[in-house]
Amino acid sequence: MPSFANSTIVLGLATALIATAGLAASHASKIDNAAVAARHAQMQMIGYHTGVLGAIAKGEADYDSAVVKAAAGNINALAKLDKTTLWVQGTAQGEVDGSRAKPEIWSDLDGFTAKFAALEKASAEMMSAADAAAVGAGMAGIGGACKACHETYRGPKN
Amino acid sequence: MIGAGFAWVLTAPADVDPDFAQGHVPDVQAGALVFAAGGCVSCHAVPQSAGDQKLALAGGLAFASDFGTFYAPNISPDPDAGIGAWSLTDFARALTKGVSPQGQHLYPAFPYTAYQHLTPADVSDLFAYIQTLPADATPSKPHDVSFPFNIRRALGFWKLLFMKDEYVLSGDQSPDVSRGRYLAEALAHCGECHTPRNALGGLDRDNWLSGAPNPSGKGRIPNITTGALDWSQSDLIAYFTTGFTPDYDSAGGEMAEVISNLAQLPDSDRAAIAAYLKAIPARP
Repeated sequence: MPSFANSTIVLGLATALIATAGLAASHASKIDNAAVAARHAQMQMIGYHTGVLGAIAKGEADYDSAVVKAAAGNINALAKLDKTTLWVQGTAQGEVDGSRAKPEIWSDLDGFTAKFAALEKASAEMMSAADAAAVGAGMAGIGGACKACHETYRGPKN
Repeated sequence: MIGAGFAWVLTAPADVDPDFAQGHVPDVQAGALVFAAGGCVSCHAVPQSAGDQKLALAGGLAFASDFGTFYAPNISPDPDAGIGAWSLTDFARALTKGVSPQGQHLYPAFPYTAYQHLTPADVSDLFAYIQTLPADATPSKPHDVSFPFNIRRALGFWKLLFMKDEYVLSGDQSPDVSRGRYLAEALAHCGECHTPRNALGGLDRDNWLSGAPNPSGKGRIPNITTGALDWSQSDLIAYFTTGFTPDYDSAGGEMAEVISNLAQLPDSDRAAIAAYLKAIPARP
């Protein structure tokens, strides 16, 4: 069955090629992989606390000033994390598996830092939101900060 | 000879009715909403511009494709560099037929396959709104397209094959879904990124909005049919309004720009797009 033999060879070659490509992408060091995982944890924490605030804004959860202060305060602390150990050179999309960081983060570090500063400001303002409507208004600031950074510095889904 | 003559006739750039939108009084404010829903600024703003600068539509954004690189042209009201010298029928012909005032086919990187469905009133309102924006004298950057794709007449064949004048979601629909269809298929041109293309760059209408490779080469543009996206109608509306997904991730990349546009529309329009997305066939 020559055609079967041919397709087996093709399949074998394709598998070898994919395996090589996979190796190339995961060539990153252990510390680089850990940096990307730590950034994802940071983003997940920001997302979680934004969800707590979003539920209050939408009326799915009751307004509670202590919860608002804690959630916004945690976002604020997360926005302030020192970037030195997190946004390590050589951990852009394509360099480390799972990374969606665009190279612009490193070529335009000032711009990137300014986006985090915008989140720091928006979350600080949210800490004193006095009712559900104020939380709703504050969500525009936090959402705007997330979106503005992701627009410029996050690559497409892998 | 007859074949060649026939081909020449078939590929002829289409014209619009000289009475286009006659009797309609242009409404600039309505035009601003057409402008937002159509996402004009996303492609025609100067790359990296922000705030009000974005409304100087000098173009320049590059679109890489298998056929070459296209550059968004200047559509500001400058009479030389932009479209300031165009008549309403020139504008309507470009938008709804994909033909320049000089009678040349335009490349379908400009989504006239969507805009062909626009009502004459919306085209007229949009034209009036664009006149109110700042003029910019920066010349348009020529497209970087090589043979044979640089033969514009051949685009007539492309249009015969891929410029279908019926909606993808055909037939009578509820008022909400119909409005959503108009917004999504005629204006917001969601399918241009979210629908896969064939080898000639035509949209695969049988797999409408089922996701496609990202032209940047990295990642994929997601499948937004109910076969893959399980968001509720209110999740979709919240996303179009704030950019937050149900998990409080946020829109990024080109979609962040789309959200900025959709956020300017009335609530009813965002709800209509959500209803439309729920009505299109599920694809895995």
